[in-house]
Amino acid sequence: MSARRLFALARKEMIQIRRDPRSLIVVLLMPVMLMALMGYGIGLDQTDIPLCVYDREGSQLSQDLLKRFVSNRYFSLKLNAEDYRALADAIESGRCTVGIVIPLYFSKLLNAGQPASVQAVIDATDNNTANLIIGYTQAVVARFSADVQIDYQQRRGPALGAPVLNVEARTWFNEELESRNFIVPGVVALVMAVIGTFLTSLTIAREWERGTMEQLISTPVAPLEVIAGKLIPYYVIGMVDAGSCAAISAWWFEVPFRGSLLLLFGASSLFLIGVLLLGFMISALAKTQLAASQFALLTTFLPAFLLSGFAFPIDQMPAAVRMVTRVFPARYYVTTLKSIFLKGTGAAALAVPLAAMLIFAAIVGGAAVRAFRKTLD
Amino acid sequence: MPYGRARRPMPDSEHAIIVSALVKDFPGVRAVDGLTFSVARGEIFGLVGPDGAGKTTTMRVLAGVMSPDSGSALIGGCDVVRDPEAVKRRISYMPQRFGLYEDLTVRENIRFYADLFGVRRRERDLRAARLLAACGMSQFQDRLAGKLSGGMKQKLGLVCALIHTPQVLLLDEPTNGVDPVSRREFWAMLYDLVGQGVTIVNSTAYLDEAERCHRVALMHRGRLLFCDQPGRLKQRLPGDVIAVVSPAASQLRDSLGRLPGVGSVLLIGDAVHLFVDDASRRIPEISRALESMRLPFDEVVQITPTIEDLFVNAVSERERAA
Repeated sequence: MSARRLFALARKEMIQIRRDPRSLIVVLLMPVMLMALMGYGIGLDQTDIPLCVYDREGSQLSQDLLKRFVSNRYFSLKLNAEDYRALADAIESGRCTVGIVIPLYFSKLLNAGQPASVQAVIDATDNNTANLIIGYTQAVVARFSADVQIDYQQRRGPALGAPVLNVEARTWFNEELESRNFIVPGVVALVMAVIGTFLTSLTIAREWERGTMEQLISTPVAPLEVIAGKLIPYYVIGMVDAGSCAAISAWWFEVPFRGSLLLLFGASSLFLIGVLLLGFMISALAKTQLAASQFALLTTFLPAFLLSGFAFPIDQMPAAVRMVTRVFPARYYVTTLKSIFLKGTGAAALAVPLAAMLIFAAIVGGAAVRAFRKTLD
Repeated sequence: MPYGRARRPMPDSEHAIIVSALVKDFPGVRAVDGLTFSVARGEIFGLVGPDGAGKTTTMRVLAGVMSPDSGSALIGGCDVVRDPEAVKRRISYMPQRFGLYEDLTVRENIRFYADLFGVRRRERDLRAARLLAACGMSQFQDRLAGKLSGGMKQKLGLVCALIHTPQVLLLDEPTNGVDPVSRREFWAMLYDLVGQGVTIVNSTAYLDEAERCHRVALMHRGRLLFCDQPGRLKQRLPGDVIAVVSPAASQLRDSLGRLPGVGSVLLIGDAVHLFVDDASRRIPEISRALESMRLPFDEVVQITPTIEDLFVNAVSERERAA
């Protein structure tokens, strides 16, 4: 390993990146574009769900409950139905997604300390949305019911009834239940996957295609020098891009960052080196830019997008697909990212994903060194 | 340039390159078929043959970037199969296709290759200045290599190849598509190198260029037809060569091939070259035959055979025998 040759290769690569508009676009614009796209484009939250109500009683209490639906950002009142038929029509026609029906004797039952039910009619054409609406509806009703209970207890005097159990679900780590907080840290993984594998696989394949590799391998340069010389510039770029993404997440999207920067840096390096080596291995085998880029997309970008838990929870995947996710380092990296950002998890608790990324890098690195030969055959 | 020094059999230590029984197969074709030759130190050796003769494959094996299926090649005593890295330290290789970085400038390419060979900065700057001046490229140092003309690209290739001191310089069709002025400068640099003891292997499809080499090996379909000094090769030709200059040269070719004592017939420009057993006897006969056939011609003369004549004759004889 000669430092001079290594530096010469890295320097040459840097000049080439600077002069190649395509690389520059990927390096400079892609992180910002992906960040904006994912930060603003993918919202798994539902707000302003069109709501229809049918209050059969029309009491003070029933209006109180309905006010709670209307006064939060999840629901938006579209129709005050006169009868059940009108409510059903609103849902069938798609004007409203959810209908709340308050029964007769609602306040009477409650004032008498009896349980009362409220009916929610939900359009479940999109089952994800329906699940969310059920959750929101239950939350509103639960809060209301708790207040009613407290009120009841207070009127009767504390000594009489059983102590009130005020069960309140508190969501941890993502208190606002913002899907953006959940998604944005994962974009760092996407950016790295593209920089790491896509760009590196192109640069080596380009040397084969343009004929510069033939002259390069006729010099005393060592395979390890070629690999490292190619990887260093992309490592630097990848880390800078990852850093910018993390900064955008924290300051622009205000995703909480609770972990250690050093741990983030270490985990990111580990993942980046793994995907860089994968890119190198692909191009050493593929030798044309087209084949290399397609293979790179298939083995890094897609897994990072679909199989990493970046936006689509791994627990909800079929068992076979869950097994497949274990092969790709993106899964471990996304887990690590989310833990560091949202939970502030330390290195010890992340030992398994960190080790998995290290193993991946070691295996792929070994394969890359073997795949790159200084010959044309 | 004639090679005046008498050639004696030399011990191995004086051989920069020894190739023996080299074979390289590609799917469906044997690109190199039992090639054996050796090149002396300080010699310009020409590997000559048409496209597909196996020249590029041979050069790649010598450069250590392609491994042969059998046989061996030693460069400066190092085996290209067993120790390709030692070979790579001793050579410079210019592939047939431009192998430098088109998106780097002239200066950046030179610096890159100087760094790969560990040339000291001071030495690199002196050398680069001298080499660039020798090929008239001093004012193009900051131009991107991709923006250079074909001739300048080849000269830059040579500059990068010579930025360190190779024992052996391997040039694969270096003057292909190069203008005559650049070609002259190119050859001047090669002769200069030989004076410094560098051994040069130069492959070419141009036979006129082969005559500038000290020795040439004629290759055809992966085999060596023969290998000697250009002047001596001409003496090897059995019989004489007659040129018939005629405005209807292509018609003459078919008619003359059937005459007694005439071997191969070769069309070169507006002349037909005939291989005959004895020029003094056949010239009058051919003139008479042309007159009786009413074919127009300007003159019938004996000429000194060129390597091209030699090559075509050898190939056609071989094909006739097969």
